[in-house]
Amino acid sequence: MKRNDCILAAAIFLFAGLLSVMFFLSGNEQGNYVTVTVDKKVYGTYPLDETQDIEILTEFGHNNLHVENGTVCMTEADCPDGYCKRQGEISTEKETIVCLPHKLVVEIQGAKPNGGRTEEQTDGQTGEDYDILVK
Amino acid sequence: MNRSDFLSKKISACGLLVALAMIFSYIETLIPINAGLPGMKLGIANLVVVAALYLFGPPEALLISLVRILLVGFLFGSGMSILYSLAGGLVSFLAMVLLKRTQKFSIVGASLFGGAMHNVGQLLVAAAVVENAKIFYYLPPLLCVGCVTGILVGLLALRILPTGQKIMRNAGTL
Ligand SMILES: [Zn+2]
Repeated sequence: MKRNDCILAAAIFLFAGLLSVMFFLSGNEQGNYVTVTVDKKVYGTYPLDETQDIEILTEFGHNNLHVENGTVCMTEADCPDGYCKRQGEISTEKETIVCLPHKLVVEIQGAKPNGGRTEEQTDGQTGEDYDILVK
Repeated sequence: MNRSDFLSKKISACGLLVALAMIFSYIETLIPINAGLPGMKLGIANLVVVAALYLFGPPEALLISLVRILLVGFLFGSGMSILYSLAGGLVSFLAMVLLKRTQKFSIVGASLFGGAMHNVGQLLVAAAVVENAKIFYYLPPLLCVGCVTGILVGLLALRILPTGQKIMRNAGTL
């Protein structure tokens, strides 16, 4: 083992550490909505303040999400690896739960995204506000 | 010893190493160290690829790596899992070859870099499949895990390399 090996390992750990700090400092906004995306298409958006179970049935398989106290976790999944069930609870906007075999991503959002555009938001002043929000 | 004799011996040696790598892959599935992160693996099978890289060279190591991934994928995995394994395997192979070329690192350095880059490769494919960059939130832990397992695999490879060289020389494949 050479000295360069140690330097390389230290550099990788340092880089990972810096990235972690960056992610940590990038804000911990608690979200209001949970969005489920399957194969790049939005499957549904649900409010976080209601205790509920979300059943996701797609061509890829079956998943079950549990929402309680502003946090979401994957409670059931029939994917072959089961990794998604072990990703724990998420509650902030930067966190995700991913079920790769089912091409499924669960993410938290502060404001209700695209799918939830209401009628009053599509016209006039409120519409512009909405656009600014999106940007 | 003529050339075709040497070639057939080499092919059987590579076959042996593929079988060994497949056993390691199987053992890996029995050890659930996964904390739920996509792509997080022990990478014991990489021991064979690292050893082959330093015993023979890049072509043999690449061949062993690809054959192992395809065989294990068809036996135990699905289409998608082969894609992830291929991405991880190729990125890690390239990383190790590049590091070996510089001649500034030992087999441990190559192995730890390969381990870290293996997880980066898998994460890239995962991010592309679901088209969501938030997945990179998993990058720091995956880099660390890949690095640690890479170091362990590298130290093992360092220990077994002299024995491997002796065996391969006696068998006339070096
Ligand atoms: Zn899953």
